[in-house]
Amino acid sequence: MDTKQKKILLDPLLNTNPIAFQVLGICSALAVTTKMETALVMSAALTAVLSLSNLFVSLIRNKIPTNVRIIVQLSIIASLVIITDQVLKAFVYDISKQLSVFVGLIITNCIVMGRAEGFAMQNPPLASLLDGIGNALGYDLILLITAFFRELIGSGRLFGYPVLQTTSENGWYIPNGLLILSPGAFFIIGLLIWALRTWKTEQQEAD
Amino acid sequence: MIEHYLSLAVKSIFVENMALAFFLGMCSFLACSRKVDTSLGLGLAVTFVLAVTCPLNNLIYNYLLKEGALAWVPGLGPQLAEIDLSFLGFISYIGTIAAVVQVVEMIIDRFAPALYGALGVFLPLIAVNCAILGASLFMVERDYTFGESAVFGFGSGAGFALAIIALAAIRERMRYSNVPAGLRGLGITFIITGLMAIGFMAFSGIQL
Repeated sequence: MDTKQKKILLDPLLNTNPIAFQVLGICSALAVTTKMETALVMSAALTAVLSLSNLFVSLIRNKIPTNVRIIVQLSIIASLVIITDQVLKAFVYDISKQLSVFVGLIITNCIVMGRAEGFAMQNPPLASLLDGIGNALGYDLILLITAFFRELIGSGRLFGYPVLQTTSENGWYIPNGLLILSPGAFFIIGLLIWALRTWKTEQQEAD
Repeated sequence: MIEHYLSLAVKSIFVENMALAFFLGMCSFLACSRKVDTSLGLGLAVTFVLAVTCPLNNLIYNYLLKEGALAWVPGLGPQLAEIDLSFLGFISYIGTIAAVVQVVEMIIDRFAPALYGALGVFLPLIAVNCAILGASLFMVERDYTFGESAVFGFGSGAGFALAIIALAAIRERMRYSNVPAGLRGLGITFIITGLMAIGFMAFSGIQL
């Protein structure tokens, strides 16, 4: 793998992170992060859809007429999401119930559309596949960090196993319920962005 | 009956606010909330599209996709009643939404050019706003009737509009405050939205 490909794959992890820098795909990042388990399944689903949609869009990029490109991209993405949804329902039914509508919402997840439109339409298949995987990993990273803090502080558990003994189970830890509710997600991502931008100062905004 | 619809409307506007409780439509929520004017335009457009697509998708689900939905077809009813097309849901809903957005765009352009000029950029973007698809998916998941889905669509749109206009107003004021460098822009917007979400949580439990 040469340096250019490595750059395509690794840049989205920290330097051009889809959530913290490009402001894409935030909806699902906030909604599925109350538990590590759901966050992990959602990450896997998005990684599959994003890398494959980038690959397929790139493969037929020279045959798509410009006027109807959005609908072509949407139908590729929607078909991949339908397959993912059916696979999840078949193998991890309980988690797919907990993810509720958010698997379906991968269709309108701006990361997928954004990368298809912004990268896969101009670049060869291999580079697009790597770009898809890289951006998905950047998304997964933020998702898992957020879920880690929300589940640990909010309910004292990780992957459903008790880590901090809560008072309701005769332990010492009083769980902070705010982290499980929606405001907690906003605060954690806001603080994450703050931390990232204090470290990588070139990402700071002027206003 | 009226109370039922009214309570559903209040629930979808305040208690289960699309943006603040379910995080739907977040991308445009954060990107288009710098000015009150633009956020007002986006809010109105989203409300309108939601109020149209939600009942429309309800009809598609109930008369085409649901298991046994095709029983109304004359002659072939009994055979078609065994077909379950609900796995085609995602692609049908997004197709409806894209088509409605296109039609709405043409109608506004023809009959209200001034409004078209004001909304211009945002109209096509609405097709990929997750709040729109999200509302249709919630509608299917909760098994709403036609009337309920119309109220739910309008209510969620109004809730989204309310939240984005409020956020834009706060952000216009934020320009005069001294925010730490790393938090400026996106970071502080997340924190503000979190505080707004706490505020909206005060509505939970309200019933009419």
